[in-house]
Amino acid sequence: MNHRLFVGVLALALPGLSSSPKSVKPPKTDQLFQKKLGKDQQMLHALDRLTFGPRPGDVERLKKIGLKKWIDQQLHPERIKENALLEAQLLPLESLRMTPLETVQHYPPPQLIKAIANGKQPLPDDPILRATVERLIARYKARKGLESDTNTADLEPVRPLDEVLDSWELQTLAAGTPDRKRELLEAMPAGKMEAMLIAMPRPQRQQLFNAAPTGVRRSILLLNAPQQVVSYDLLESKLLRAIESNHQLAEELDDFWFNHFNVFYEKGADRFLIPEYERDVIRPNVLGKFRDLLEATAKSPAMLFYLDNFQSVRPDLDANNKNKKVKRGLNENYGRELMELHTLGVNGGYTQQDVTEVARCFTGWTILEPRKGGGFFFNDKLHDKGEKVVLGHVIPAGGGMDDGEKVLDILATHPSTARFISKELAQRFVADNPPGALVEKMAQTFLATGGDIREVMKTMLDSKEFWSQGAYRAKLKTPFEMVASSVRALGADVTDAWALANQVGNLGEPLYRKQEPTGYSNLNSEWVNSAALLNRLNFALQLAKNGVVGVKVDTRRFGNNPEMVAKTLMYRSASPQTRAAINKALLDQKQKTPALVAGLVIGSPDFQRR
Amino acid sequence: MTSRRIFLKSSALAIFGIGAIPGWLSRSVYAGDVYGKRRKKILVAIFQRGAVDGLNMVVPFGEPRYYQLRPSIAIPKPDGTSASAVDLDGFFGLHPSLASLKPMFDARRLAIVDAVGSPDPTRSHFDAQDYMESGTPGLKATSDGWMNRALLKAPGAVSPLRAVSLGSGLSRTLRGGNDAIALNNLNDFQVRDQKSAATFESMYDHSLDTVLHGTGRETFSAVKIMQSIQKQSYTPANGAKYPGGKFGQNLQQIARLIKADVGIEVAFAEVGGWDTHVNEARQLDNNLLDFGQSLAALYQDLGDRMEDVTVVTMSEFGRTVRENGDRGTDHGHANVMFVMGGDVQGGKIYGDWPGLADDSQLYEGRDLNLTTDFRDVLGELVAKHMGNPNLNAVFPGYKNPKFRGVLA
Repeated sequence: MNHRLFVGVLALALPGLSSSPKSVKPPKTDQLFQKKLGKDQQMLHALDRLTFGPRPGDVERLKKIGLKKWIDQQLHPERIKENALLEAQLLPLESLRMTPLETVQHYPPPQLIKAIANGKQPLPDDPILRATVERLIARYKARKGLESDTNTADLEPVRPLDEVLDSWELQTLAAGTPDRKRELLEAMPAGKMEAMLIAMPRPQRQQLFNAAPTGVRRSILLLNAPQQVVSYDLLESKLLRAIESNHQLAEELDDFWFNHFNVFYEKGADRFLIPEYERDVIRPNVLGKFRDLLEATAKSPAMLFYLDNFQSVRPDLDANNKNKKVKRGLNENYGRELMELHTLGVNGGYTQQDVTEVARCFTGWTILEPRKGGGFFFNDKLHDKGEKVVLGHVIPAGGGMDDGEKVLDILATHPSTARFISKELAQRFVADNPPGALVEKMAQTFLATGGDIREVMKTMLDSKEFWSQGAYRAKLKTPFEMVASSVRALGADVTDAWALANQVGNLGEPLYRKQEPTGYSNLNSEWVNSAALLNRLNFALQLAKNGVVGVKVDTRRFGNNPEMVAKTLMYRSASPQTRAAINKALLDQKQKTPALVAGLVIGSPDFQRR
Repeated sequence: MTSRRIFLKSSALAIFGIGAIPGWLSRSVYAGDVYGKRRKKILVAIFQRGAVDGLNMVVPFGEPRYYQLRPSIAIPKPDGTSASAVDLDGFFGLHPSLASLKPMFDARRLAIVDAVGSPDPTRSHFDAQDYMESGTPGLKATSDGWMNRALLKAPGAVSPLRAVSLGSGLSRTLRGGNDAIALNNLNDFQVRDQKSAATFESMYDHSLDTVLHGTGRETFSAVKIMQSIQKQSYTPANGAKYPGGKFGQNLQQIARLIKADVGIEVAFAEVGGWDTHVNEARQLDNNLLDFGQSLAALYQDLGDRMEDVTVVTMSEFGRTVRENGDRGTDHGHANVMFVMGGDVQGGKIYGDWPGLADDSQLYEGRDLNLTTDFRDVLGELVAKHMGNPNLNAVFPGYKNPKFRGVLA
């Protein structure tokens, strides 16, 4: 009986699946999803879709391992040894490994500066951080007018820079090439570096930023605005992992699930809650059980803060309290987005009444001292104890934290959720309009396995639709994929990825900065418009010319034969149109440099597809 | 005689761009619009994303219950102080941060429509924005936006800059069959290496990739025109000062394009930060200041050109009449729209005020009721300002728009 009900629901939810009569010819794209890919195409397709694009040598490596085994490995990232170089590069990004409390202490927000200024918190021990905090306190006091003798001169360093550096060093920093500056900074002992940075006025420090290696850059940020270090570490790690990780599918899924359960970096406390969110909530669950992932997000301070649930309380709490001028109450924001965006989908069959009832169930799910980095905390006193009815399920009166857990159970096992999640995955990995039959197969696996994401992915990767002409090169690259795949294709050496992260923003989708809970669209049409297209072209030329800070590209090894370059960078010939345009350009231009050819290939329409 | 009905149907096709329409037909469809005889009218649409609290934007201070339901966030009645509402008509007043718009209201160039919005009951930002931008409340399948459909099918070549969406993405409002470009920063709108620009242009122009071919064509023809604008530096006229934020800068770019006479017909800009669930007052103070000063600067900067320009503002839905427990407001229903321009019958608040006196006057007992459909306002602008009479095609399924008389 249950099974029948489920099939009925699915048939309703998937128009055109069960109803198309045999006499009607299916549209062209449907036929393409029946057409198989050749062996070589399969290899490329796997690398295009399940990684951030092939690097030189990747196809050969894949052939050696075998497609089936390779996919199995990617589905079990814990069995693949991670790239040691990547791990070494992530090491200096300390905020990635901190608890929110540590993050607040190491990268103090204005509230903490105030507390230290008022003597409620001690000064930090670390010299750079201490200098920062002392200066921020001086600024704070000057603004507050607490100390009348504080003038702006006191905010500047006491020790002049020429006591720290000799004249040659000063000369190099003032007028040296970026490479010379970098050499100087890399060779400088840590103590001297600290003294130098502390002695520098802010604008001069800022000028060093581009040339500096990661460690120095973090120190510069720390001195200027400590919280920016957290953002820096996040961006740096996101790009480095996409480009260098051996766990490529897991990184694709990290991007997918973070975007699905989107939180916004610029919203208050989320500035120090997101590292923990991505590390402990998203990343461990990308191939796990959907129910676990859902619960982890529901309890995460980052989500509780972003969608305001941390301050949603039972409606009667302050309503009749005359002493309370500001009356707290129910906040529906999380309840609504939980159903619309995280589980059922907007047509998943819920009402405004359900939104209110779900919000009531989650009253009391809050954060212990949200602005100081406290963790999840259920406050029974704030919880609405009344009976609730969610999607027809009665949740009896008198419950506590389990009311919310029950809602998560209902939503995580709902056929609408199975279908919504499956469709989103298929849109990301197969095509903008994935065949209904494929989505149905995935949804059935979702329901049969209790929402096992790995199994749903397997169903997709075992399907004929995934390995079909309909899916082959059907997706445009997202801005993130475009940037990462370009660097991978060129086999570039990334010493630091901060400038690359800025490029992702220029292309239209700044990382960690999608304000709306919808996340970025999974659809092609959203990614390429005229402004973003120009930025793609400019990025391609700049990258190939070695013009992106922190990235070293050697295009000489690709030569300047357009056909060869295309085959090396894309593992396939360029389209006749692209080839013709490049050949014409090389006739006209005296400088047929490998960098130019590579830049033109990376910027071509061909390379925008995956 | 060919029936009028069939004729209308054909013109609907013309606007959707389905099939080739013979020149004589497209000419006769717009017989009322004399080409070349008048300067093209320009419509600028502004979207306040996140659902602005219209009740604090245009304050119904004559409504006692407004103060009862918003004990900590209500804007005080006009009393001459800078924290109180700016009186408009003895019942409504502007938020004090919008004081910069009062001169336009007094000059009858700014009209306000109240209790207006989308009839769809959704309180999802995503859906409500989608519906307002597509112009088809309740219909998700609509793939293009109302403003793209509102563009007249022009005889001969059209400017690639006729439809411009400010920001890094092409807004939903402007997506569709007519060419439209997204513009982040006018000065950056180029391939920095001139020679490679030509190569890329040829690649995308000949590409068989339908998505990229289309975008490429729009992009490169716009680049050429933009190059001529980029060569000149820009100083706003009449002492206009745009705020330094993204929104003000985007409006300045719109003014620059309008004054450059490059054939712009419609422009879209957006401004966020209105989803004020918590501590609303401070956010509105800042955001409305930026909003009002940006609009005022545009008006001032355009000077006489404002005669050809109409600016309309909208937001996906209003906010709850009652403040919530966090000195904020939650997702509501009806809202407020501004219409500013040379042919606007301003100095007046349009629409039927549904009242807040008791919950039965409220939508679902909590929100401002809706008495004007946003398509009544936009429809009037499309028909009278843009000269496109074919509202059936611009707002499919919307049968009888009731113009409020906002335009002359």
